[in-house]
Amino acid sequence: MQDLSVGTAWFHTFLLGFIPEWAAVTLECLLIGVGLLLLYSVLALFYILFERKVCAAFQCRLGPNRVGPWGLLQSVADMFKILIKELISLNHTDKFLFALAPYLVIIASMMAFAVLPWGNGIEIVNFNVGIFFLLAVSSIGVLGILLAGWSSNNKFTLIGALRSGAQMVSYELSMGLCVVTMVVIAGTMNIHELCMAQQHLWFIFSGHIPAIIAFVIFMIVGTAETNRGPFDLPEAESELTAGYHTEYSGIHFGFFYLAEYLNLFIVSGVAALLFFGGWMPLHIPGLDAFNQVMDYIPSVIWFVGKAVALSFIIIWFKWTFPRLRIDQLLSLEWKYLLPINLFNLVLMVIVVTFGLYL
Amino acid sequence: MATIQEKIAKLFPEITFSEGNAGLELTVSDEKWHSVAEMLRRDEGFDYLVTIVGMDWADAGLGCVYYLMATDRNELLAVKVIATGDREKPFIHSVHDLWDIATVYEREVYDYFGIIFINNPDMRRLFLNIDWNGYPLRKDYDEDPAINPVSIENERQTDFTEAWVERDGKIVKEQYRIFSPDDFVVNIGPQHPATHGVLRFRTAVDGETIKKIDIYLGYIHRGVEKICEKDTFQQTLHFMDRLDYFSGQNYHHGLCMLYEEAAGIKVNKRIETIRVLMDELSRIASHCLFIGTYCMDLGATTMLFYALRVREQILDIFEKTCGARMTFNYSCIGGVMQDLHPDFVSDVHKLLEVLPANISEYNKLFTGNVIACDRMEKIGVLSREDAISWGVTGPNGRASGWACDVRKTHPYAVYDQVEFDEVVLSEGDSMARFKLRILEMEQSARIISQLIDNIPEGEYLVKVPKVLKIPAGHWFKMVEGCRGTFGLYLESDGGTRPYRLKLAPPCLPAAAVVDHITAGEKIADLITIGGSMDYIVPDIDR
Amino acid sequence: MEVTTKGMPYEAWKDNEYIESLVKELRDNGTNVIVGSFDKLINWGRSNSIWPLTFATSCCGIEFVSLGAARYDMARFGWEVARASPRQADFMMVAGTIVHRMVPVFRRLYDQLAEPKYVIACGSCAISGGPFKKSYCVAMGIEDIVPVDVFVPGCPPRPEAMIYGIMQLSRKIKVERFFGGVNRKKRQEEFWASHPISDETTEN
Repeated sequence: MQDLSVGTAWFHTFLLGFIPEWAAVTLECLLIGVGLLLLYSVLALFYILFERKVCAAFQCRLGPNRVGPWGLLQSVADMFKILIKELISLNHTDKFLFALAPYLVIIASMMAFAVLPWGNGIEIVNFNVGIFFLLAVSSIGVLGILLAGWSSNNKFTLIGALRSGAQMVSYELSMGLCVVTMVVIAGTMNIHELCMAQQHLWFIFSGHIPAIIAFVIFMIVGTAETNRGPFDLPEAESELTAGYHTEYSGIHFGFFYLAEYLNLFIVSGVAALLFFGGWMPLHIPGLDAFNQVMDYIPSVIWFVGKAVALSFIIIWFKWTFPRLRIDQLLSLEWKYLLPINLFNLVLMVIVVTFGLYL
Repeated sequence: MATIQEKIAKLFPEITFSEGNAGLELTVSDEKWHSVAEMLRRDEGFDYLVTIVGMDWADAGLGCVYYLMATDRNELLAVKVIATGDREKPFIHSVHDLWDIATVYEREVYDYFGIIFINNPDMRRLFLNIDWNGYPLRKDYDEDPAINPVSIENERQTDFTEAWVERDGKIVKEQYRIFSPDDFVVNIGPQHPATHGVLRFRTAVDGETIKKIDIYLGYIHRGVEKICEKDTFQQTLHFMDRLDYFSGQNYHHGLCMLYEEAAGIKVNKRIETIRVLMDELSRIASHCLFIGTYCMDLGATTMLFYALRVREQILDIFEKTCGARMTFNYSCIGGVMQDLHPDFVSDVHKLLEVLPANISEYNKLFTGNVIACDRMEKIGVLSREDAISWGVTGPNGRASGWACDVRKTHPYAVYDQVEFDEVVLSEGDSMARFKLRILEMEQSARIISQLIDNIPEGEYLVKVPKVLKIPAGHWFKMVEGCRGTFGLYLESDGGTRPYRLKLAPPCLPAAAVVDHITAGEKIADLITIGGSMDYIVPDIDR
Repeated sequence: MEVTTKGMPYEAWKDNEYIESLVKELRDNGTNVIVGSFDKLINWGRSNSIWPLTFATSCCGIEFVSLGAARYDMARFGWEVARASPRQADFMMVAGTIVHRMVPVFRRLYDQLAEPKYVIACGSCAISGGPFKKSYCVAMGIEDIVPVDVFVPGCPPRPEAMIYGIMQLSRKIKVERFFGGVNRKKRQEEFWASHPISDETTEN
């Protein structure tokens, strides 16, 4: 298993040869920032195309195939288009908040990127409460949505925003509890250590029953957190035209559109981290040769591969299930998921205390 | 036991009787009309108001023809009421307290003819702009575009309804508030993805709960009934494709039968069989699209694509024979436009083979889904009494337990010679309306499979004069469209054009009842309910 | 210059003269090389990503649904992102009759579309009133209400015709000049001058 931190450390010492430490750190931060932005847009473009292709496959269609080879450039064309679309400014609205909202949404998802386990040794920020930080920043997004809905001065967006607020606040509880359940078995909140703790066996296997329950709940909650079908009430097309971003045009709308897909990636990334070892290759205790072969696959590919595979499941949900109603959505959370989650946490504690895990 | 005629004659000796093509016809003066209506409704069981035909008999004054039906014995009755007052302000007493749907039908007549219905609490225009000049279906209406120009200015809005009420023997004009001043009113439509066209609901909500809906129609009112009066009989046919564009075949069938009956043209059994085959094929296609769009409204987009697969297959069959995908214009007076395509029989057999598998796929994907059940069950419950009183026919009425299928109650063409069940469910909720349509597809397939191998030989078009003249008189006919009972009323003055052709669409009651069954439900349920009623807006507005 | 798109041979198109005259008109003044190539890139993006507004009033709307379904699958061209909000759409497929009562609503929807915006008049009702020519309350063609870019005849047009119509629009976008797009702007201003609207419209 290659440790990529060797490379980053080498780069750091290399820079120190020319410039003082503060300048080296600043330069590295800048480079990482630019790299993240690039990665961010490339991932978003990929995800948009991915979803369109997958959805087409579910619906016995072909999906985009005219622009570029196999339609690969479709989302690039869309990006050009959306960049140059007119930004409509509305009368009788709070212009500052109206413009601020999409940036809040996009910043929330960007900050979450910092603590994703991209590969062995290349976590961008590796500190002791990584997973907690991720939960914290991802909840900034709901503020952006609420602002967007309110500042548009439109009844549809307002209803969409209120729905979204109710939904996100409720589902964050379950999200947190799922994470806590897995932190119990890992004994750490550090992203790197979380991955290392799954060196021998991924948590979904070693934590068996409580881990599987937590995983199922996490997938449901994750879908709800990203506002995707069947939980896409805030932007329920058939009810609220486009929900909270009805009044946004051009790149502002593009930000909401991108954030939706990147949140999808983040949620699947966190699921991969908590249940499928993050960047950790698949190891089966006792099969050393197999483990060796697995180690040859770079850790970045492991992580991105897992995340995309899990996103596929979430996309599958969207194109299969009808939408829930707001009261059903909330009763699902408060009446079912939350009690099960609490029970599951106790179960996990018991499993860990008595050493019943594999 | 005395017949109805004797009973009425005993109570109201001044009423005259005649025999029409659909049943007994009464002529009543306005002052007696409300008491006659009350007696018919309460004592004689005429609980279903089929339609109100507004009429302008020029010199003989304005008036209405009410078609009533007793649902327990499927007996039709027509009542002709002449308005009192001059042409400026003609009056008829409202019967909205007896039949709920009359509120809307009377608004329609007011909109077209300017007949004011005394005591109806809502006498706004139904289809035309609030400031429209004149009443378009009157014979002396001036169509000069300068009087009613196309305007890009927004229409004047009002929060009040107008009403003419009888107080101490005097008729006074009053206004009623629609929404209270502190209601949070959300405007859903006319351009909204879930209204299935250009329908507008002004919805007062309390949080997510609906308090009241005020429905606005007329965003696609094209004045078909008036254009029909300017066209020859043959030319009026093609509008039937453009009302409810899924029931084009059925509506064509109905209008052709009406003209044939009026002109005394007999068609052979081959023509009738072909027409029935086409009717049932379009019923399957229409229900397929219903399933698709309804599931899409609920958020399950994928179902749309699965359902449209079967529809495309049916459209292929149509296309081979009729030459068009949607506006077929296939049935014509005296037969059908052209003979069946040689592949027709084998194509239909192929369709019948794949249909059961597709239906079970729909059920697997959607009907049994927990979320779908939660969204649809016990939502928008319409009781049998309400369904009849609101005149909600077709699959919606049958889902409420009202056996209202015209194919069974007043069989036409070859429907009395084939075996099929009238599917009736009793729940009356959205789920029942959804399930019923799937079951009806199976029944339609059953009808087709009985007929497809037994299409009799014969002419596909009998001889009809090029310029068709229909003797003076009036006729009424009902057919079962894909969405319910489609009523047609023809009044002829002996010329080559209809003097008045009234089309009573099934979708108007289905949309009108939405307010009644959504009160207290959530906004999302409005979409569920509206979708399950499956109204087609051009059919409502005509 | 041969303007084509989606791998269609140039000879297969109709109305080539129109596009050629448009190109000629646009290129008359000559273009800056840098701006010109930037224009090309942007127009490539714009012409390949035209999102429709879900707007249908009658029969043609159902054919538009068929256009999205598996057999005709407009997703192949990237048109399947139908937006319900006019702010996010690029063109309006006016599928169906526009009647008097609908006209202000329709005009407002057009005004709500974000620039650059296009209109396709789809079906004979939208083009001229079609079968309802004799009606007392149908707007006889939408050309009097908004500027139209492409007309697709038919009652309703077949989905193939709609695909062809949108592809023609795509071709038209391709030859436009995004930077200093004087022609389009001028034409629109002329249109607004001849079709005035009072500016304060109230939301109900």
